[in-house]
Amino acid sequence: MIAAATARWATLADNDFGVTSGEWVRGTKSVLDPAGPQSGRIHQLFLDYFWLSVVVYVLVVLFVIFAVILRRRRARWTGPILAEPAPSREKLRGWLVGLATLATTIALFFLLAGDHAAGRAIRSLSTDNALKIRVTGHQWWWEFRFEDEAPSKIFTTANEIHIPVGRTIEVELHSPDVIHSFWVPNLHGKRDMIPGHPTRIAFRADKASEYWGQCAEFCGYEHAKMRFRVVAEPEEKFNAWKAAQLQSSVQPATDSQKKGQYVFLHTTCVMCHTIQGTTAGAMMGPDLTHLASRKTIAAGSLPNKRGHLAGWISNPQTIKPGVRMPANSLPPDQLQALLDYLEILK
Amino acid sequence: MAIKQRKLELGVLVASLALVTSCKREDRPFQTSAPSAEAIQFTRMTDFRAGGPSISGNQPSPAMSADETPEEKEFEENAYMVGEGKRLFSAFNCVGCHAHGGGGMGPALIDDQWIYGHEPAQIFCTIIEGRPNGMPSFGGKIPSFQVWQLASYVRSLGGLVPGDAAPGRDDDMHGGPPENSAPNQKPNDSSLPKSAEMPK
Repeated sequence: MIAAATARWATLADNDFGVTSGEWVRGTKSVLDPAGPQSGRIHQLFLDYFWLSVVVYVLVVLFVIFAVILRRRRARWTGPILAEPAPSREKLRGWLVGLATLATTIALFFLLAGDHAAGRAIRSLSTDNALKIRVTGHQWWWEFRFEDEAPSKIFTTANEIHIPVGRTIEVELHSPDVIHSFWVPNLHGKRDMIPGHPTRIAFRADKASEYWGQCAEFCGYEHAKMRFRVVAEPEEKFNAWKAAQLQSSVQPATDSQKKGQYVFLHTTCVMCHTIQGTTAGAMMGPDLTHLASRKTIAAGSLPNKRGHLAGWISNPQTIKPGVRMPANSLPPDQLQALLDYLEILK
Repeated sequence: MAIKQRKLELGVLVASLALVTSCKREDRPFQTSAPSAEAIQFTRMTDFRAGGPSISGNQPSPAMSADETPEEKEFEENAYMVGEGKRLFSAFNCVGCHAHGGGGMGPALIDDQWIYGHEPAQIFCTIIEGRPNGMPSFGGKIPSFQVWQLASYVRSLGGLVPGDAAPGRDDDMHGGPPENSAPNQKPNDSSLPKSAEMPK
């Protein structure tokens, strides 16, 4: 039974990160499972600290036990210990204390040097031929703009990105509101996103897998539900994804989908969201051009399913209290038509 | 001694009461209940409306004094609501025509001229219905609580909102004083420009 529980825990920890009770969306989120050179280096530093601390802790505990036993034995043999020890013993004790101080200093300097070396190493990643992504942290979602020298190849998406394995990714971090922090534990350490002061980091994924990212600086009510997914995949799969993202949105075919598009363009949705290929071009909320290609909605709060989407549109405040999106009390037929339309936005 | 202590206790009590009341200034309800959107049925100026007759029927309506919707005060006395109005004022591109209150393609909002009325309900209607010469209709596009937030912010630009609730800082370039220091001007509900008024 314990084995089964451990196995289950291991599967959850390794492969999935829960978005809501009972439902799981693939992706790892662990600093102990590095998937890139920088996170590997950070993990190595963690292990250095960890094992050195273990050695020091064990030694200290052993010395304490030794001292207690020794003192009790001596008390049994010679009666109460004298207040003033013999000068020879005093000298030996002085040497021991000096030696321990020296060992502690060396250990601390060893850690300092390791810290410094790791800091240099994670910054030394070459950004030649890097894929540039401009990331904007909003309260409480992520905007990703994939930069390109050709303006026609620039595209924007939200809360889920795909990246090619083995290629350096250079992200430029922005914030229009408060301080956020960009963190994909499996790929790199944290980096703050400061309003009016763009910051940069570069990282690389060496393992094709799906990772979770998370805002790591408290940024308001829904800080905890400000997540994103990073899908690292081989170059050709990434190129296919990029080509699909560059496409304009799918146009509605059935009557219901057409009605849904009309609802989108003539109610509150259009004030904040963009759908490429329609007249919707606002940038206050996530770009929905390829909404159906994403696995989650509401910045990783819920799996992208019709029911969740309906609940989210009708009353987002029950799912993410305080979120910027207002409740939209659409009549049922309009809501169903809108869902029909949103589901085709692959 | 006892009297002195009682006086002290009373002082502390009064001070803490003052603190408790000022807490409401930043109340942030998640589920905003707005003053009735039906206000629009009463403060309309004509029976014409942008986008044709409403689905529920185009009811003719008498003019109404705006103080029949007292809930709107809750928006004006709440710093969070006015602040949200300020955020939406940029988000929904009001700044595109009105700039940050100074006006441009649209009229200035920091002066004392209120062409279509300065009461919150009148501003609400101006936003919802649109006005001649360029103000678009946002009816059906903005939830009513956000329109009330916008209306309270627009009033703060003209100094009509209590100073402790109006925003005090700006993230953009802004020529004038912040909204909470806007001069308290007597609103002039008139479509006549100052230069066309009869000299006094």
